Amino acid sequence: MPHEPYAVEMRGITKRFGTITANRAVDFALRKGEVQALLGENGAGKTTLMRILYGLYHADEGDIFVDGQMADIRSPRHAIAHGVGMVTQHFALVPPITVTENIILGYTDRFNIDLDAAHNKVAEASRRFGIAIEPRALVKNLSVGERQRVEIIKALYRDAKVLILDEPTAVLAPQEADELFESLKRLRDSGLSVIFISHKLHEVMAITDRVTVLRSGELAGTVNTAETNQADLAKMMVGRETFGVTKSDVNGRQGDIALRLEKISALDSKELVALKEISFEVRTGEILGLAGVSGNGQSELAQVLEGTRPSTGGRVSANGREITNAGPEQIMATGVGRIPEDRHESVVAEMTVAQNMALEHLHEFVRRGMLDKKRIRAHAETLIEAYQIKARPNDRIRTLSGGNMQKVILARVLERNPSVIIVAQPTRGLDVGATEYVRQKLLEQRQRGAAILLISEDLDEILELSDRIAVIYEGEIMNVLPAAEADIERLGLLMCGVSV
Amino acid sequence: MQIKIERSPAPVWFRPLIPLLAIVFTFVITASLVLLVNANPLSAYYYFLIDPLSSRVSAIEVLVKSTPLILTGAAVTFAFVGGYWNIGAEGQLLMGATAATAIGLQMHGVPAWIAIPLMILGGFLAGMLWALAPALMRVKLAIDEVVTTLLLNSVALLIVSALLNGPWRDPISQWPQSPEIAPSAIFPKLIPRSRLHLGFILAVIVVILVWFVLTRTAFGLRMRAVGMGSSAARFAGINVDRTMLISGLVSGGIAGLAGVTEVAGIHYHLIDAISGGHGYTGIIVATLGTLNAWGVLLAALFIGLIDTGAQTVSRALGVPVYLGDVIQAALLLVTLGFLLLQGYRIRWRRKG
Repeated sequence: MPHEPYAVEMRGITKRFGTITANRAVDFALRKGEVQALLGENGAGKTTLMRILYGLYHADEGDIFVDGQMADIRSPRHAIAHGVGMVTQHFALVPPITVTENIILGYTDRFNIDLDAAHNKVAEASRRFGIAIEPRALVKNLSVGERQRVEIIKALYRDAKVLILDEPTAVLAPQEADELFESLKRLRDSGLSVIFISHKLHEVMAITDRVTVLRSGELAGTVNTAETNQADLAKMMVGRETFGVTKSDVNGRQGDIALRLEKISALDSKELVALKEISFEVRTGEILGLAGVSGNGQSELAQVLEGTRPSTGGRVSANGREITNAGPEQIMATGVGRIPEDRHESVVAEMTVAQNMALEHLHEFVRRGMLDKKRIRAHAETLIEAYQIKARPNDRIRTLSGGNMQKVILARVLERNPSVIIVAQPTRGLDVGATEYVRQKLLEQRQRGAAILLISEDLDEILELSDRIAVIYEGEIMNVLPAAEADIERLGLLMCGVSV
Repeated sequence: MQIKIERSPAPVWFRPLIPLLAIVFTFVITASLVLLVNANPLSAYYYFLIDPLSSRVSAIEVLVKSTPLILTGAAVTFAFVGGYWNIGAEGQLLMGATAATAIGLQMHGVPAWIAIPLMILGGFLAGMLWALAPALMRVKLAIDEVVTTLLLNSVALLIVSALLNGPWRDPISQWPQSPEIAPSAIFPKLIPRSRLHLGFILAVIVVILVWFVLTRTAFGLRMRAVGMGSSAARFAGINVDRTMLISGLVSGGIAGLAGVTEVAGIHYHLIDAISGGHGYTGIIVATLGTLNAWGVLLAALFIGLIDTGAQTVSRALGVPVYLGDVIQAALLLVTLGFLLLQGYRIRWRRKG
């Protein structure tokens, strides 16, 4: 049956890194004028496959065909010559120069550049592709969303027929993501083929024509988006039926106020006001979710409660004891457990799992003035077993995956049965399996009677876990709602600063 | 052929081999200098590495030369492990030597068992005191200690010169050198009719203490945590400022001890060339010893060997004695380079 050749076809791609096989005999085909999602958990091999297509890696086995012709792509330069462009998660832009200069950078061979003509060409491209961008703007003054548009124009300007987007919405605000989707639809209708790497199911459902799912480096299948649903895709991704955690409707022993904030104010790292008189309380046996768009004071609030940032006004107390501006040690001594936003800033990467597990309470591991190495190791072995951490006590933390690193931190905190838990962005960057595990653990703690403040930018997470939801906007609490009264629309408005 | 450089840390077993590879590589590249003066590199290296060990006298001399290097190397290690970049061992050594001289001059009629501990304590405190200002500025005002500790080295040398040209000028010879310290303050010899003195034992004891503190105590683990990730250490409730201050001060104190051993063990009076760069060489020793106490001991012995060999090689082959310094400097650069490069691997791939 004759058919139009694929825009891109990859056959039997295998790629190994040392002993790890990142891709195993993967077939992938992209039709002309379609948006196809490449879906999979972290570490499923999506990015590796696309880096091979873009010439950043070279496959150990397998062939690539572009427009029906075998293509030897050994560097991004070859890929661009074959009409393949890629926008990676980390932009390759030079901040101090203009949009136009960034776009023509490395693309012009001429010694002198007619900048006016170049500006006009970029402006024309911007119009033609329907992606608004100011050619003369300096990249350093652009928002992340605008920078992404520059990257897309850069690829299109080089006559890309195939555009690879690596988790493009990870850095975008919801409105920016919507704009991106509109642009992609227009580009698709004008004949561009797009590969959309993601692990967000609702995005995949919203924008793509077909979905290819990878699981542990292997092809799990390719389906038409119209003929599938989120639950089926999730099943293909994780290879098992159950998905998501189940929150028991019965609360734990909910009752007394365990954490109380009264008019807490604080500055951010640039000495600007980040928190304005924040007050709320968390009771035992409940999870209070703090929702908000990134950068509205969540990080600063977490740091104030963790004891790593001073507050400039107000009071904090935990279990009836004041901990305003106390250090981490004092805070932990009142029964507060802390799971911070940035995993890498809270473990010492070059130290072992066992050492990191003992670090917060080192004085408990001293015998006759010396470190009790046996106890440190035994302690680690117990926690590794109890929390199913894939690591050995003497492995350096930096060799662990994000999920296992988070489990180390979780284990370190939860083993002490804290009565108050401050947890920020607990599942950021984790794959589905680890995410589920972390959420399940938090619910167990709630059941046990802990008071949990869950600070998260993942609204689904907030909705799934919280008993009450507070919304923070520009350093102020907009409202605190019982979970039953909170729906996405209402939260969305509050997150944008609209009182409802 | 296509060559690619990928990030991939070397396996743990490989790390101790890095200093050895660095030494071999350093000898390969410095061979060109030996060839420039028409000498045979192999015989030069024979005189550098083997000849000093072939006689008892010069083998003992290696230990003598290593003594201050063990101490400055341990001093630098103690600071670097704690994330405090003390480049001021040279100045701290000079202050230790000054204090040792000041005490030693007053010890006439005082028995050795009082005089010697007093000098050791005084030298330690003086080195510590000299390290105090930069450490406080680092912790309280976030002023880069690399600059302040380095600049204070010159200040320390000027203070020594001022003393030697002023109050301490030798009354008899009028040379800019201090009078001799009291006989009871002089370190006893370990081996009769050699220069090997009590300071060597002191240095080895310091190495053992540094090893113990860094690897066997909670404070050592906290220090390492601060050095390897200060934000994580702060998060875990470790008092980062205090830990850093202590590692900077103890480092200064250990460097001060190197000044004591040079005054009380070798010269018996203060001269402005009392150090001759031992403080800076300590940085080489600490790096080559991969910030490990036993590694420091080995590295200091190795540098002591090269120092001793440099004399022989210049006598035997007419190679300038400064070749020894060139080798040491090249060794630092090569070791640092290797330590950086171990995080990467090169992959060759045939085309097509």
